[in-house]
Order: sequence, then C-alpha cells, then structure tokens
Amino acid sequence: MKYIDEFQDPELARRLLDDIHATVTRPWALMEVCGGQTHSIIRHGIDQLLPKQLELIHGPGCPVCVTPLEVIDKALEIASRPEVIFCSFGDMLRVPGTGRDLFQVRSEGGDVRVVYSPLDALRIARQNPDRQVVFFGIGFETTAPPNAMTVHQARKLGIANFSMLVSHVRVPPAIEAIMSSPSCRVQGFLAAGHVCSVMGMGEYPGLAERFRVPIVVTGFEPLDILEGVRRAVRQLERGEHTVDNAYARAVRPEGNPAARAMLEDVFEVTDRAWRGIGVIPGSGWRLSSKYRDHDAEHRFQVDGIRTEEPAACRSGEVLQGLLKPHECEAFGTVCTPRTPLGATMVSSEGACAAYYLYRRLDMPAAKAREATPVV
Amino acid sequence: MCLAVPGKVLDIEERDGTRMATVDFGGVVKEVCLEYLPDLRVGEYAIVHVGFALQRLDEESARQTLELFAELGLLQEEFGDPWETAAMEAAEDAVEEVRK
Ligand code: SF4
Repeated sequence: MKYIDEFQDPELARRLLDDIHATVTRPWALMEVCGGQTHSIIRHGIDQLLPKQLELIHGPGCPVCVTPLEVIDKALEIASRPEVIFCSFGDMLRVPGTGRDLFQVRSEGGDVRVVYSPLDALRIARQNPDRQVVFFGIGFETTAPPNAMTVHQARKLGIANFSMLVSHVRVPPAIEAIMSSPSCRVQGFLAAGHVCSVMGMGEYPGLAERFRVPIVVTGFEPLDILEGVRRAVRQLERGEHTVDNAYARAVRPEGNPAARAMLEDVFEVTDRAWRGIGVIPGSGWRLSSKYRDHDAEHRFQVDGIRTEEPAACRSGEVLQGLLKPHECEAFGTVCTPRTPLGATMVSSEGACAAYYLYRRLDMPAAKAREATPVV
Repeated sequence: MCLAVPGKVLDIEERDGTRMATVDFGGVVKEVCLEYLPDLRVGEYAIVHVGFALQRLDEESARQTLELFAELGLLQEEFGDPWETAAMEAAEDAVEEVRK
C-alpha cells in the first residue's frame, strides 16, 4: 500500500482499510459531497487504496466551482465601476467569467480587494463612506452564516454604502437533484462535515429514506474519510439506509442553532443555477426583502448579461460525477490551474485542480488514445 | 475557502456590541467573531470559518487538523496573500518562457 505511511496514524488507517476490504462483496459507488474531501482523497490516494469494486464519485461540493457564470459576470461588471470597492475571498479571483476574471478587472483599474472575512469588507465600508463597498457572498451553509451576520450588522449599524452580491447554495437540494437524475449511479453519500456542523443533520433522514441511500456525515481528514467509507459500505452491504454521524467531534445533531436562526432571518430560499449543472429548485439563498437595501443586485441593476461557457469545458459532467477530470480532452493541455477553462480547475477544492495537482502524470483522453495502439 | 480551520482562543473582548476574539491558527493570529458561539472561553478551541467561530472542538482534534492543513499547504491558501501568489506564479511563468 504505497501511500499508507503518509497517514497520520498509519496503523489505524490500515485497520480501517482492512475492514473495508473485508466488508465489500460487490460493486458500490459512493459520492463525497465536499470539495475538501475530494482534495484529501486524491492527495492521499485513498481511492487507490480502496477495493477495486468501490468507486468514489466526486460531488459538486466546491462553492467556487458551482457559482453560476451569470453571477461571476455580474461581479465583474460591478467590480469595474469606478465608485465601487469590490471585496471577495481570494479563490474567486481567477474564476473565469465570459472573457475575463477579477484579476483582469483589477489590472484594468478596478478596486478589487481580497478579504479573509466578510467583516473585513464591512470595516472597509466604514472607512470609505464615500465609496460603494460590495462583498461577493458565495458559499455553502458553512459560509452563509458569517455572511448573514455581516449583512445583519450593516443594517444594525446603518452602514448604507455596504451591499452584498449573494449567490449561496444549499447541499440537500443538490443531493436530491443528483439522486433524481436518470443517469445517477450514486448509492451512498459522504455528507460534508462542516456544512453539518452548522446545519445539523435534520435535513438528511428524509433524503436517506426517500432515495434509500445511506448518508454518513464525514470529516475531510484521511482517517475521517476512511471511517465514513467504512460505515457507508457496511450499511450498503446490509441493505440499510440511515443517517450516521462519523464526525461527531465537530457535528452535533442540531448544528449551530444561533447560526441557523440568523440564516433564516437574513436569507430566504430560492431556486439557484449551479454552474455546469443548471437550475436546482430551492437550492440557494438570496437576501430576504427586509435586507433589500443591502442587496447588490438591487442596488446596481446588472441585468441583460450574456454569458458564454467555453465549449470545451465539461465541468458540468465532472461536478455530477459523470466524468473524471482527466477524461476531459482539455485537461492538462489547454486547461491548467494557471490557464483554467472551467471553475473546477481554478479552485483548489475543484476536482480538476485536485487531479492536476496530485496526478500530473495522468494523460488527457486524447493523448491516452494516441498512446494506445488500436487492435 | 470552504474548509474551516481550528484555532485556539487567546483573548476575548466586546467591540461595537459584538463578541470578538483573537484566535491562533498554528502561528497565524486573526480576529474572530464569537456571535455564533458566545460561550466559548479563552484557551478553548473552535472550528473557524471566514472569521467566525462555528463549533467547539477538543484540543487534540484541533492540533491534528492544523498539522494536516499545514502539510497540505491549506493554511497558506486560507491566510496567504493571493496577489502575492499570483505575482510569484507570473514570475515563474516568465522564467519558464525564457527557458524555452
Ligand atoms: S479539465 Fe478544464 S476544461 Fe476540462 S472539465 Fe475540468 S475545468 Fe473544464
């Protein structure tokens, strides 16, 4: 087992792996939802240590990757305005919109700033009362509560020059959409631990029951992932489908009630388009009408945007687990982390980037065909 | 961006009516909002995401996770300066071009 010595506790890793190998008797496909888990799986070669019959399918759990192109284009347009200071997390800078990205906007003179926390953006707004400060609010249920609190504070403190471009996404409707697709091969889920540390586990029993899939709440350290896989395959082999918490040190069943209450106050559920996938009903949040004054889309009226995805990019299939990154023709040739065609190559949590970083030698599909003699 | 990082609370103070803490992430010290975990105390560990403490964590798990993140380069990613990284990458690309 070539990678196992790199595990934090190789002995425990070996025991978990032995147990998984002893349990699996037929083919199963599990989806890890969180991009952090994908990163960890590829980095530690976990997929290669598992039984051949057990496939890990990478899910859509990278918020940078699934932010719709239209929203990126809106961000680029707002960020280009001279009166605006546009604040964003660093990993959105290189995400390609139609033709350019935030880096380019900045080099063309736009005031684009990277912040660590949405509260930093609020501070910038207070320090620059004569400018418009816009924060790019993307992310799953882990990022939404901090952003919600920031808008709440802006309102409470009367900081009128602060607004947020909101494109938040929710995991459970995405699971529902994946399971409802006729091409779905997923038989069990490793649910995203940090999302559950906020939201708790209450949204999952209904899904597990309806689609008859085990859902195991899982962390993203290598041993966490092995334990999540172990519990999921045990359920599958026994024909069970329940919700199980393999990340109890960070996830309580009720999540974080204060954060959930704030989410409900500041946001309301809305349909949301996922980049490469399309609209998933009820899968997003937008600011509720009470906070409309702080809604950047309302303030800047950026309508009539025409978006264009690069035709070569197959990130939609990658995000749904229908295609492995290195099977894309552009992978590693025209598309690399420095020259990304799709968001899944930009974000460090994106599946294409993870494959590129840790599997440089995997050949793109075209080259692989060239190298394989036709018989 | 989606990964939350464990950190240790160094001190706590009220600022503008908001409960804030100074938190140590394996050497990097940042301001963190405690509004979602108001009973967190100095010396305790929590999972922190984009400047907000979201859930308590025991010390041993926190330490192990921090070590793993440091090893994966994720701390640099979370706290480093992306403009600087971009400039460095551009310089590397230029060197590569010249070599060709
Ligand atoms: S390798 Fe690049 S072009 Fe292909 S799916 Fe991934 S991001 Fe898109």
